Amino acid sequence: MKALAEYALDVGRHEGATYIDVRIIDQQYQHIQTKNLTVAEFNQGTSSGMGIRVIASGGWGFASTQKLTKAAIFKTVREAVAVARASGTCLSQPVKLAPEPVYVAEWVSPHLVDPFSVSTEEKLELLFGCAKTMLAVGGVTLAVGSLSFIREVKYFASSEGSRIKQTCIRSGVGIEANATDKHDRQRRLWPNSFGGQFELAGWEIVQRWNIKDHARRIAEEAVELLTAPNCPKAHKDIILTGNQLGLQIHESCGHPAELDRALGWEINFAGFSFLTPEKLGKLQYGSPLVNLVADSTEPTGLGSFGFDDEGVAAKCTYLVKDGLFSGYLSSRDTAHLIGEKASGGAMWAESYAFQPIIRMTNISLLPGIAGSLEDLIKDTEDGILFDTNKSWSIDGRRYNFQFSTEAAWEIKNGKRTRLLKNASYSGITPEFWGSCDAICSPEEYINWGVPNCGKGQPMQTMWTGHGAAPARFRNVQVGIATSD
Amino acid sequence: MITEIKAKQIVETAVRYARRKVDAIEVTISGSNIATSRFANNGMTQNQAPITEGIAVRVILNGRQARLSGESLSEASVRALIDNAIIAVKLLEKDDGLEPIVANKGRKKAAVSRFDRATAKMSALDRAREVQKVIRVAVAKKLIASGVYASGETFRAIGNSAGLFVYHRETSAECSITMTAPDSSGWVKAHSVNAADINVRALAESAAQKATLSANPQEVDPGRYTVVLEPAAVLDLLGALWYSFAGTSHVDKLSALRGKLDKKVFGGNISISDDVTHEDQCGQPFDGEGMPRQTLSLVEEGVVASFVYGRRSAASMGVLATGHGLEQPSAMGDYPVNIVIAGGETSVEEMIRSVDRGILVTRVWYVREVDPTTLLITGLTQDGTFLIEDGVVKCGVKNMRFNVSLIEMLNNVLLLSPAVRTAGEEALPAVVPAMKVSGFNFTERTLY
Repeated sequence: MKALAEYALDVGRHEGATYIDVRIIDQQYQHIQTKNLTVAEFNQGTSSGMGIRVIASGGWGFASTQKLTKAAIFKTVREAVAVARASGTCLSQPVKLAPEPVYVAEWVSPHLVDPFSVSTEEKLELLFGCAKTMLAVGGVTLAVGSLSFIREVKYFASSEGSRIKQTCIRSGVGIEANATDKHDRQRRLWPNSFGGQFELAGWEIVQRWNIKDHARRIAEEAVELLTAPNCPKAHKDIILTGNQLGLQIHESCGHPAELDRALGWEINFAGFSFLTPEKLGKLQYGSPLVNLVADSTEPTGLGSFGFDDEGVAAKCTYLVKDGLFSGYLSSRDTAHLIGEKASGGAMWAESYAFQPIIRMTNISLLPGIAGSLEDLIKDTEDGILFDTNKSWSIDGRRYNFQFSTEAAWEIKNGKRTRLLKNASYSGITPEFWGSCDAICSPEEYINWGVPNCGKGQPMQTMWTGHGAAPARFRNVQVGIATSD
Repeated sequence: MITEIKAKQIVETAVRYARRKVDAIEVTISGSNIATSRFANNGMTQNQAPITEGIAVRVILNGRQARLSGESLSEASVRALIDNAIIAVKLLEKDDGLEPIVANKGRKKAAVSRFDRATAKMSALDRAREVQKVIRVAVAKKLIASGVYASGETFRAIGNSAGLFVYHRETSAECSITMTAPDSSGWVKAHSVNAADINVRALAESAAQKATLSANPQEVDPGRYTVVLEPAAVLDLLGALWYSFAGTSHVDKLSALRGKLDKKVFGGNISISDDVTHEDQCGQPFDGEGMPRQTLSLVEEGVVASFVYGRRSAASMGVLATGHGLEQPSAMGDYPVNIVIAGGETSVEEMIRSVDRGILVTRVWYVREVDPTTLLITGLTQDGTFLIEDGVVKCGVKNMRFNVSLIEMLNNVLLLSPAVRTAGEEALPAVVPAMKVSGFNFTERTLY
């Protein structure tokens, strides 16, 4: 691995590249999905190859190969340089990299049990056990379970001297109960939407999330939703549980704080951002309670790593501090464009076959002092509690959003009352975060993994994490989606 | 890229190795060398030329199946993949719904050629020249251009121990452009198997015109409007509809069209087919198991006429498979991927002239399903939204969020344009018309 990387760097120098970095990545993955009492998907496999990124004639070039032979690498490096020289024919300005220390390091993500060491029988027994529990609830028409695991070994070498090996294990677990009658269809997932909860961890997260103990409850809730009333159209105080708040953070803070968006680089596909550079340090993004960080060092966070994909060490930076817009997710080639001296360390690629782009790491809302979720409900006179995402949409600059959740509960005089279905809420990002008046305490804080963040052309799917404790927002529009 | 002869050799070698170890084996080989040149702020920002190839083996043994995938096509690697698949399949539960692999019934090769040598040979410099054309238009009009130009080829081969072998090789060229002005933007996208079909300068001019015309956008109140939806808007709005035609969505009771076969669900002017052979379509003429894709009428004059089935969902529903299965095993099961919506004879300009007060929508953004029962979707307008008054485009307007039932929308279509090949960002490319639709429900404004 190391010798091939050195060879690629040598060829790149010989071909005239002024900067070269190489990522050699081996991935092993397994995805199991059950539907009722059958295995709907059993896919496992491996992926390995080399991605080569160069600067030549002032422009970026990238090429990749899965053939790790000298002949293939020679050809691929030459292609990357040719691509960079083509970029050089239509640049608005040459690429400039922020300085970064040279690292020679090895990093392994924390994990207790290698998920690939756990037998397939044990995994299927767990999923089928949950399916039986869910199907035993009258009215459940489809019970789904899934387990996903990926081990990634990545070797990074740059022409500046960094040599970094990282091993990361990511695991995901989730169950889903669907209830369909003649007129309606409802569902409940646990622990989170998008296939469940994902963390930078091993099999231990499957044990910790204890899906068996939640199977009956979500099945009963899915059936109960069929006859629940629709969420009314009104302005209400709302409480978001942690998993819904995680996605709210993702869409309305994480994405707009990506500096490539704010510079217009993603406007053609992923979109632009209202957090443009002239607002840095000036815009009141939220209430003074709102502190949002980008933290790639958070243990078990799905968006954690030792180093990003251009060799920048993991770090924690404020995006919003005491409600004020304070920072960006950035890279070595964008930092200087806003006068920063160093990268924010947020460059990541889906695999060796993609050029890294700016991605979220763990974008998290720091916990507050409002106690537990039950304390917050007790403190709310007339509101709605929203739980687990069902639908999400936000405009191209990340102002107007509309989310709906699988379940919601009316809150009256400090008590959780009737279940509501098809519940939605909507708003304008800075107004919404400005209305945040309570955030639960650290004991309610969980880093929620979102495994399917899409960005870039061609689109890259990436892991992100969002630490959140339930929080309350005052006077929010609810129910507009299903009102007529 | 792997040629048909080489792919067949790999399949045959794999089948020979596995023949005495498993009841059946299916081998899928695929690859891509599509390169993408990205530009923004009137300059190249990213430029990438990846090459990927992959192989997957599905083994069937004692009523169980497992799929394993890898990237090395060497004989030793393929043998190791098969050996690991055999280990895995023995650990699984028996699958009572498992269908045997597709038999070779001496099918003729489908007459679908989607390969253009010149497109396959485009270099990074060729793509850069196309990008320069866009930037020149932007600079001349004092606008900012962003977008992509991508080109290359893909292939897919499927073979199995029942003697089936199918191979498809296809080229692809794609250009999308966003032109921005201080308070407005315009967007356009085109995709073809032949790069010569993509007139980049004309696309750039079109996006620039949208940006210029929508400058100084006015606010209009949310509410129900008559809208003229350009084809890209129609395509991305209807993306949430297609899974309801998938057989597996009926088996799982997830389809919004459950119990609606042969019933009139949509307006009488709506007819939809799935037709891989259509000259403006793209993609391989076989499904994930190698079954030939059939051309099907999905909706005839508003009546739901048929659904699409892979072999598993077809067996569950007691019907014949239509060649729309995904690679097995698959939770999603099947999907219609070659949508063609029958068009009408009214041009977009004529539609605009017929509107007293309404909204012209270039495209939609971030469309998501809100209620799967009514196919209620939400999303926003983007990159060229205009107020129509007294039959003329009066001004650009700020973008708005909509919440619309697709079933209701397809009952409110007043006029259709001729159908054209259309590419969007929320759904697979398809052949769709522009539509004039009444009662389109805008629920909120945004700030730009």
